Amino acid sequence: MILYTIKRLIQGVVTVWFIATATFMAMHSVPGDPLMDDKAVSEAVRKNLVDHYGLDKPIHEQYYIFIKEMVRGDFGISFAQENRRVNDIIREHFPISATLGILAIVFAGLGGILFGALTARYRNRMPDIVIMFLVILGISVPSFVFAALGQFALVKLNAFFGTSILPVAGWGTLSHMIAPSLVLGLGTMAFLTRLMRSSMLEIVSSDYVRTARSKGLPTTRIFLRHELRNAILPVVTVLGPSIAAITTGGFVVELVFAIPGLGQYFVQAVQQLDYTVIMGTTVFYGAFLVFMVIVVDLLYGLIDPRVRLE
Amino acid sequence: MIFINSSGSPRAGKRFVSGALGAAGAGPEAPGSRKGIAWLGEGSQLFILSVLGIGAFVLLMMLLSFVWEFFGGGGAGEAVDPATGTITLALSTEPPQLDSTRATDMVSGQILGHVMEGLVRYDEFNRIVPGVAERWEIGASEAVFHLRDDSRWSDGTPVTAHDFVFAWRKALEPATASQYAFILYPIKNARAINNDELPVTALGATAVDDLTLEVRLERPIGYFDKLVAFPTYYPIKQAFYEGRDGRYGADAADLLYNGPFVIEKWMHGAQLRMSRNSEYWDRGRIRLNTIDYAYITPDVNATLNLYKDGKVAIAGLDAETLHDALEQRWKLERFNDGSVFFIEFNHRPSRLTSNRNLRKAIQFVVDPAELVYKVIKLPGNTPGESLFPVWLKGVNGYFRQEYPAPEHRVDIAQGNDYLERAKREFGLDPLPPLILLSGDSPAQAKESEYFQEVFASRLGIEVKIDRQIFKQRLAKMTAGDFDMVLAGWGPDYADPLTFGDLFASWNKNNRGVYANPKLDAWVEVAQSSLVPEERMQAFDEIQKIIYDDAVILPNYERGSVFVRNPRLKGVVRRAVGTDPDYTNAYIVDG
Amino acid sequence: MNTALSFAPVVADRDVEVISRPSLSYWRDAWIRLKANRRALVSLHIIIMLGMFTVVGPFFAPDPSAQDLDQISVPPGADRTATIVAPYAPWSGVTVATPGGQGSLEAPVSVSLAGEATTQAVRIFWDPVPGAKGYRIYRNIAHPAPDDALGMPLADVLVPSRVSFEDRLDIRPQEYFYSVVPLDRNGREAPVYATLGVSATRVITAAEAVERGLAGSSADLAIGDQVKLKMHVLGTDYLGRDMLSRLMHGAQVSLFIGIVAPFLFVIVGILYGSAAGFAGGRVDQVLMRFADFVVALPFLLFMILFRILFKIEGGDSGIAPMLIAMVILSWPAAARLVRGQILQIREEGYISASRLLGAKTPYLVLRHMIPNTMGVILVTITFAVPSAIFTEAFLSFIGMGVAPPTPSWGSMCNEGIKTMLTHPHELIFPALLISITVLAFNLLGDGLRDALDARMRS
Repeated sequence: MILYTIKRLIQGVVTVWFIATATFMAMHSVPGDPLMDDKAVSEAVRKNLVDHYGLDKPIHEQYYIFIKEMVRGDFGISFAQENRRVNDIIREHFPISATLGILAIVFAGLGGILFGALTARYRNRMPDIVIMFLVILGISVPSFVFAALGQFALVKLNAFFGTSILPVAGWGTLSHMIAPSLVLGLGTMAFLTRLMRSSMLEIVSSDYVRTARSKGLPTTRIFLRHELRNAILPVVTVLGPSIAAITTGGFVVELVFAIPGLGQYFVQAVQQLDYTVIMGTTVFYGAFLVFMVIVVDLLYGLIDPRVRLE
Repeated sequence: MIFINSSGSPRAGKRFVSGALGAAGAGPEAPGSRKGIAWLGEGSQLFILSVLGIGAFVLLMMLLSFVWEFFGGGGAGEAVDPATGTITLALSTEPPQLDSTRATDMVSGQILGHVMEGLVRYDEFNRIVPGVAERWEIGASEAVFHLRDDSRWSDGTPVTAHDFVFAWRKALEPATASQYAFILYPIKNARAINNDELPVTALGATAVDDLTLEVRLERPIGYFDKLVAFPTYYPIKQAFYEGRDGRYGADAADLLYNGPFVIEKWMHGAQLRMSRNSEYWDRGRIRLNTIDYAYITPDVNATLNLYKDGKVAIAGLDAETLHDALEQRWKLERFNDGSVFFIEFNHRPSRLTSNRNLRKAIQFVVDPAELVYKVIKLPGNTPGESLFPVWLKGVNGYFRQEYPAPEHRVDIAQGNDYLERAKREFGLDPLPPLILLSGDSPAQAKESEYFQEVFASRLGIEVKIDRQIFKQRLAKMTAGDFDMVLAGWGPDYADPLTFGDLFASWNKNNRGVYANPKLDAWVEVAQSSLVPEERMQAFDEIQKIIYDDAVILPNYERGSVFVRNPRLKGVVRRAVGTDPDYTNAYIVDG
Repeated sequence: MNTALSFAPVVADRDVEVISRPSLSYWRDAWIRLKANRRALVSLHIIIMLGMFTVVGPFFAPDPSAQDLDQISVPPGADRTATIVAPYAPWSGVTVATPGGQGSLEAPVSVSLAGEATTQAVRIFWDPVPGAKGYRIYRNIAHPAPDDALGMPLADVLVPSRVSFEDRLDIRPQEYFYSVVPLDRNGREAPVYATLGVSATRVITAAEAVERGLAGSSADLAIGDQVKLKMHVLGTDYLGRDMLSRLMHGAQVSLFIGIVAPFLFVIVGILYGSAAGFAGGRVDQVLMRFADFVVALPFLLFMILFRILFKIEGGDSGIAPMLIAMVILSWPAAARLVRGQILQIREEGYISASRLLGAKTPYLVLRHMIPNTMGVILVTITFAVPSAIFTEAFLSFIGMGVAPPTPSWGSMCNEGIKTMLTHPHELIFPALLISITVLAFNLLGDGLRDALDARMRS
């Protein structure tokens, strides 16, 4: 187990190195100049900027410096915000994205498992059809449409009650987090509902459930001990990648709900060719994703007795 | 390695599908089977459970948030709060930084205008009035500013002439790499310092004593008083700057303020709150206690929703949200932001667009009125007629009233005549497609699509749209990799020269590389003359050359429409200077 | 009891070896079961119809980039009658000798209409107000009640002698209320105003009518004649382009990306995954680690970088780079899936049995491996279709989608979301099509999964 963990971690570090290298190469082969702005500057000024960011050095040297600094945990200074460190940007904004992501996952997981179990119970009957219709709706509407409609609904809701039930946008208190996390988690919830439904249907007709039933165990007990526990397994597997996807993919929701998450910085950095911020966030996200996958694999070994970690 | 039933990796996709496949293996359930009936009760339990679960989750969060707010946790207030003298607003983006020597964007300018004060400032009627300087004399070769003795930094120390000299030197130092260093070039030796040819100490600005600032000028300049209102001319206290170790302007605590407000709290990307500066010399003028930019989002719809919800005091509208605003029966306001947008041609000889006949052909079929009235559809935008916008002052009144723009009429037949001439000169028929470079904003996409169809239907010219993100559009503009580009120019100071020298052959912002000695000569006149009539005459000549030679095709002068909370008064909007300006704003009851 | 009767010899039954029903191949059986699934069948028909809509539709639809600037953002079924008028000529306006005098500003006595109010222009003039330094003109869609907002400010007339204004801003055939407010010396509004209500009629010039193919020649048309503007079944968008036609052309992009991208990356995945699965051991390990690397790349960044790397020049729609980027970044999921399946099937009893019977590897692959993984693969493709369509929509949302003027459902949705309150049809149609497509593929995927699962063979 410990050996396995160490092995996975080493592989993870190699993966992160690979991501960093690939991103570095891709970015430096992109045409365009991060130092250029609306107003042209004098040659001397430009030369100083180039010196400042070390862009005059040969590419392999820049790569060497980048890797060296990365190992020391320093991603340098942003090109767009010339006196802010990339580390500060990640430190200040990632927790916000993560909070939003975790809430969305809690909501998606809770809703997905409960609705999935429910639809499996009422297979091909009214509750199943209604919920699956909503689920399909959840899957088939682009997130930016949902975000905009969600916010519009909040305005109407607040106007209807004549007072601020839920804030329309912004960040800071828990009440700010409810609407965006619901919107963000909706797609995943729909996905998990489907997954849970299939998984549940499989378990329900399995031999051990049949045995339990013929033994005359109470249905609630069968449901909780035998069905739910086993049916949740595949849901747990996808949770890992989903957490990463939700945390990194919250850009649209962050934009619409005016949330200062890292997603916005990342997309802006790409559009601005802000080298250091792109590198920093990419490596950070990559490492985060790799780490989450490892955690889920380990967790899986603990939950599922059929899995042996070697 | 992990093994699940020897089936390989346990990762998401695989498990998902095998789970799903297995589900089907359950086989169709016989309707009305014993199982189905037996679970009915449990199903409804489960249903109640799911509803309760999610309900409890939401309720818990709301409860916690009320508790949080009760104990004084964050959270923004109402749009206007007369009890505390607070207004709440939204910013479109966060200011990249607030170091006045390096700030370039409008949002930074807006914030800096509230927390800093230069030698002079603009009042609510857009007149230049004394700021830190009490009075000044501007001559042909020298300007002297006499500073007031009660102007203080937010740490209580006086603002001195040395603070200005330090800031200007800092901005010109090549190591600072300020994009706006050029705005200091009228000062003696400034350009040479910026080009690393002279040390910063050679700058022609000296502090005679704490309260007297003497500036030697490179050449006579008729608008220097307007120039010193610009943020790059703001003072910086040397001791403080050097104590911040390169972080000056990065955070609220990394700034020293001498303006009407101080930044009380700056959460990057989330909130920026300014409160009244008790050290400001003219504090009696300021009536608001707090300006809280509690939301930062570029999304127009989100800002409007916040306004509807009573959370922000001002929200901008676009053509799409305008109708909604009319139905809400809000009072709308219009504002011209002073910038001009145009199609810029590439004049490099290797390009087809270096041919005047081709440019004239295009000019004759372009109808700015149609673009503005049918496509952009936002009041406040006015059809572009000249490089010089209507708000610029001339000799006595407005420049454009004294020197009207050359008359433009759409004439498709004449356009096609020019096109035939161009084709004969090239020996090409039909012409190869032209590249129209455009930004990635929805507005630019819309305009480029409109022009593509106009050129195709009226001239039979095929236009290819090259849509690029900001930095690449700039890179392509600088490299000359385009035929036409949708470009714009905003004023830096309130003199026609801010537009007038744009197409001088030496101007680096002249990315189409238009070169015309006649135009250059008129720019020289406008730069060095002190006689208003002579200068305005020169601008008129520039205006004519730009039309006759079809250097650019003006599209529109940009405007905006916004809604303002009726209880907030005294907000000043202006084309040059801090915009919007809340320093004179106040809240009325009712 | 006669035992002889109880035990009679069995007559040899010659029919016992005859198979009563024709043998069902795997695919035939799957097809039969798919047909039995009503939801899947309906979905299949919807997908076929979408295909027709995409491939055949554009032949009948008008040019998707033709701009009908007389009918911008028109909802379906709007009135199309227009009156022929003379071409637009600039208006010199109304000027008066500068009214002298000072004192408090009063409301203009009257605001009047000059000429006809048409969608071409509305021209108003008013009585000069003594002391006014200018006038501000408002336009509203409802009559402003006292203490009510006057609507949207159109312009400031800052010459005191000018007492007229010409409005050409996006005039639609409806009622408008123009208000005139005098301005004081500092450009501030006086607390008085006068309002004029006008009803604009839709007009078109003879030349425009000919240009748009509404009439044979301008000689056929006299001023005052009525013509019907071009028909747009589903209305028009923000540039007056035909929605139906754009939806059809947009389908070509969205469905192309949505179907071809998953198809391609699944092929790559099959090749890679089966190679890893067959080789096993060290090679498998290395190959799968590499797949892990690719999975961990941030999708959005690389998507954007690829688009840039492929140097989208002017005129390129950017579909090809988007496709390639999606394939390069999405294959590992399919590869992992196929590898897992192959590993699993390799250990199955029937494979060993087949091997014992002397089957060679190609036979095993063709006969057993492919049919048994096919189900998973098809299902993956159908589930990947919606996500590919969404990816394209999302890229359009951040301004990095297909280049204009090429339409796509995603970019149309993105444009439509801004006008959802005023012109909902611009959002509803593309969003509905995306939803229908995604729904159809999801249900078909479900049906295929059930149909292709050998364990469900009856």
